[in-house]
Amino acid sequence: MSLIEIITNPYVLGFIKALVVMAALMSTVPMLIYLERKIVADVQVRLGPNRLGPLGVLQPLADAIKLMMKEDILPSGVDKFIYYLAPFLSIVAALLASAVIPFGPASWAVVADFHHSLLFSLAISSLAVYAVALGGWASNNKYSLMGALRATAQMISYELGMGLSLVALVMVTGSLSISEIVQQQNAFGWNIFRAPTLFIAFIVFVICGVAETNRAPFDLAEAETELTAGFHTEYSAFKFAMFYMAEYINMLIISALVAGLFLGGWSGPGVHYDMVTHTVAGGWPFVILGIFWYLVKMACFIFLYFWLRASLPRFRYDQLMNFGWKVLVPVSLANIFLVGIFFAFKNHWF
Amino acid sequence: MKIIPDFAKGMGRTLKHAIGTTLAGEAKTISYPEQEKPRPARIRGRHILNTYENGLEKCIGCSLCAAACPADAIWVEAAENDPENRVSPGERYAARYEINMLRCIFCGYCEEACPTGAVQLGKDYKMVDEQGTQHDWSDRDSFIFTKEMMLVQHGEGRPDPLSEALDERLKENPDHDRVW
Repeated sequence: MSLIEIITNPYVLGFIKALVVMAALMSTVPMLIYLERKIVADVQVRLGPNRLGPLGVLQPLADAIKLMMKEDILPSGVDKFIYYLAPFLSIVAALLASAVIPFGPASWAVVADFHHSLLFSLAISSLAVYAVALGGWASNNKYSLMGALRATAQMISYELGMGLSLVALVMVTGSLSISEIVQQQNAFGWNIFRAPTLFIAFIVFVICGVAETNRAPFDLAEAETELTAGFHTEYSAFKFAMFYMAEYINMLIISALVAGLFLGGWSGPGVHYDMVTHTVAGGWPFVILGIFWYLVKMACFIFLYFWLRASLPRFRYDQLMNFGWKVLVPVSLANIFLVGIFFAFKNHWF
Repeated sequence: MKIIPDFAKGMGRTLKHAIGTTLAGEAKTISYPEQEKPRPARIRGRHILNTYENGLEKCIGCSLCAAACPADAIWVEAAENDPENRVSPGERYAARYEINMLRCIFCGYCEEACPTGAVQLGKDYKMVDEQGTQHDWSDRDSFIFTKEMMLVQHGEGRPDPLSEALDERLKENPDHDRVW
């Protein structure tokens, strides 16, 4: 068996792709941590990390070393199995969701391309709440338990709005495959412009995305001012690092989903995808260009995450529930209705 | 729905700050070892023991500073001056003068109590970094400052109206024994 045959074997190829995406995500996390600290510092008129390396770029490395050197504490009275399981679950869920992101206009740029990848990504991102809930419960700590409780309640109310906002999107695209949704956008323009009210779905999805990743202003599950560190109060050393990494990977995944579902994904100037032959005009350099556009769009959302975190105070628990159930869900439902009307009468009116 | 303009206003404000900090360098941070804030002229730093122009120590070993010290950080042991080989202009001088810097609260009462303006709180506040005193801080004993560590040449200390007046009086009457 030649090397080419081995590499083109779907299992081996899938393994390699998964490894590359995983490595890319894991190595992006330190950069995100650095950028977050710098951007939040800029917003707060501070300098931020500036000691280690030029402009402090090696700071995340120091953080990582510190986290690995810390004592791995096992508090008394914890449910050992679940306590150990939770951080693994959180990072596995975060990495699994990356499998269906079509980073570029070619089959080799997406790890697993199947027909219902959008459903898959929603299912996996909901799995992340199990890590939070189990970790909080197993810690045998009231703060952790309260964090877990909040995370669960938050997740239920936000998943609903998120799912409903995507229903409107799926009505437009007629497909549950993220790759196909992006390909359609390359041909017909970005999804937020494809129906007059679809930008509402976009806004709802962005808000829910922030809530989904437990980031400020929806970071009730960790809320350090009230709950010390919420669900991961009792976690130290590498187990804490895994929760931390999972949070940042989730941010990347949600950014990728927002960019892919609403803002054209890899489509941008110079990338022309032929939906009949399933090839991109110009070959692999233009696939790289597509990946570049995708990363640019993701970077904008990552910046939005940091900007929001630096700007907004945390929601109160009741405000959050009100917002989720009384604003986002009705707005998403109304949006489905409006998009439905638009498509029902499109051919008569336009 | 007032939340939407409020939200936009807040986000705009933070973005303005971020741009100002990134591009115009408006950060309020002072990078301490490289940059320093100007300290107030009357900062109470590490103690110094002043001397006169002729090299004699101002301290006469009266222990008033030790009595005034609320933290009980000062230890003075006085000895009689040898008229041939004087250490201080008074009858006695401080054979040992020690301040425990771990106990000292830098209140400045010793300076107020001192009748000769001998002990003063100096301007050195960087006591435990390498840019301050080149001192080995390895154990608790090393925080006890001795007379030799605190003595300064005349004029090196900080100007003090009281000690300047005393200097003047001593100049008028070199045999002035009781300087207060």
